[in-house]
Amino acid sequence: MSLLFDIVLSLIVVALAVRVIVAEDGFAAVVSFAAYGLLVALAWVRLYAADVSLTEVAISGGLAGMLLIGAASRLRAIDARAAAQRSGRGVRLFAALLSCGVAGGLGLAVLALPDPAPSLAEAAVANLPPTGVGNPVTAVLMAFRATDTLLETVVVVLALVGVWSLAPDRLWGGRPGAREHADPNGPLAFLARVLPPIGVVVAVYLLWAGASEPGGAFQGGAILAATWLLVIMAGLSDAPATHGHGLRWLLVAGPLLFLAVGFAGIWLADAFLAYPTDWAKALIVAVEVAKLLSVAAALGLLLLGPPRRIDTP
Amino acid sequence: MTAAEIFGLCGAALVGVGVYGLVIAPEPLRKLLAFNLLGGGIFLLFGAVARRGAGAGLGGDPVPQALVITGLVVAVAATALAVALLLRLFEASGDVSLRNDPPPAPEPES
Repeated sequence: MSLLFDIVLSLIVVALAVRVIVAEDGFAAVVSFAAYGLLVALAWVRLYAADVSLTEVAISGGLAGMLLIGAASRLRAIDARAAAQRSGRGVRLFAALLSCGVAGGLGLAVLALPDPAPSLAEAAVANLPPTGVGNPVTAVLMAFRATDTLLETVVVVLALVGVWSLAPDRLWGGRPGAREHADPNGPLAFLARVLPPIGVVVAVYLLWAGASEPGGAFQGGAILAATWLLVIMAGLSDAPATHGHGLRWLLVAGPLLFLAVGFAGIWLADAFLAYPTDWAKALIVAVEVAKLLSVAAALGLLLLGPPRRIDTP
Repeated sequence: MTAAEIFGLCGAALVGVGVYGLVIAPEPLRKLLAFNLLGGGIFLLFGAVARRGAGAGLGGDPVPQALVITGLVVAVAATALAVALLLRLFEASGDVSLRNDPPPAPEPES
């Protein structure tokens, strides 16, 4: 029965992916993509990866969907022109053969995976006690493979630097996006007043529970970013000016604290990014709190885009 | 057939759809979506491998799962950068085609 569910879910996911590619309208493609993200999150639950599922639903289904829908609506004017430039039959045939070859090869590889499967699950569980956290995925992210996570937090800030640098010179340091003016008595403003307390509580819960249950800084950060964007979209608060020192410190707080703890590990625990055993959980939670705030700010600002207006006094 | 095999095949199919879209789609936004589908397929392959590595009381190997979480965040950051570049190109030239035709004369920045 559950196998039937998996097969049907897979078929729907692939059908939505095909629709993303073949839909006439760019807007329809983007909406299909958002739906695809939500259904893939369900697939992750079926693969016993609740942490990944939470990330997928918050980031791919939520934030990426919002980003792409905004882009598609601004590019709508040239949609018809682009649709007229369809590739020729020869190119399509070549692309179809290529994609069948790649997918077929990968599919055969999936069916020919070695048995018994190589796994680091035993090693991860065996080394869990010294880290003080109970969730093995969090332990991998923050202790066993902490270098990846450190570099990732830096990559998010670098992407934001890239987005900001697309602003024309005279708008550098200005506020991103247009000032939103939603109806103050409309449903959007109502939701933007009611939902933020719930969003903040859920984000903090995901962070705190992430030490022992599915959850963590990225999932919490994505939800915090979405809550913040809702308040901005409803016009209840303006987007921040990007020249603010407080904002910039907030953005680098996570990577900086992570780096500082990493270097301290050279003296305290004999290796870069190692934690002294007695302090491991406290240090991991402290870094996760800073990372939550930095990731939330960076993701929110990435979605708002480059600075577009300067405050006129 | 196990769930790992089904979703592994689903991931392989998604990679195929992504490759097809990447080649044929004329609009850069569609290419970006196709690239994300390709990446999503790879992540699902990771998920299938993680599920097969279940053990020690866990439903899946936590190492590939953690790598996928890292990958998802990096993918959305890269997508946001690509969208910003695309919208800037649209603002500057009024078109975003990737065809080889001569580009329209760029408008001076206001």
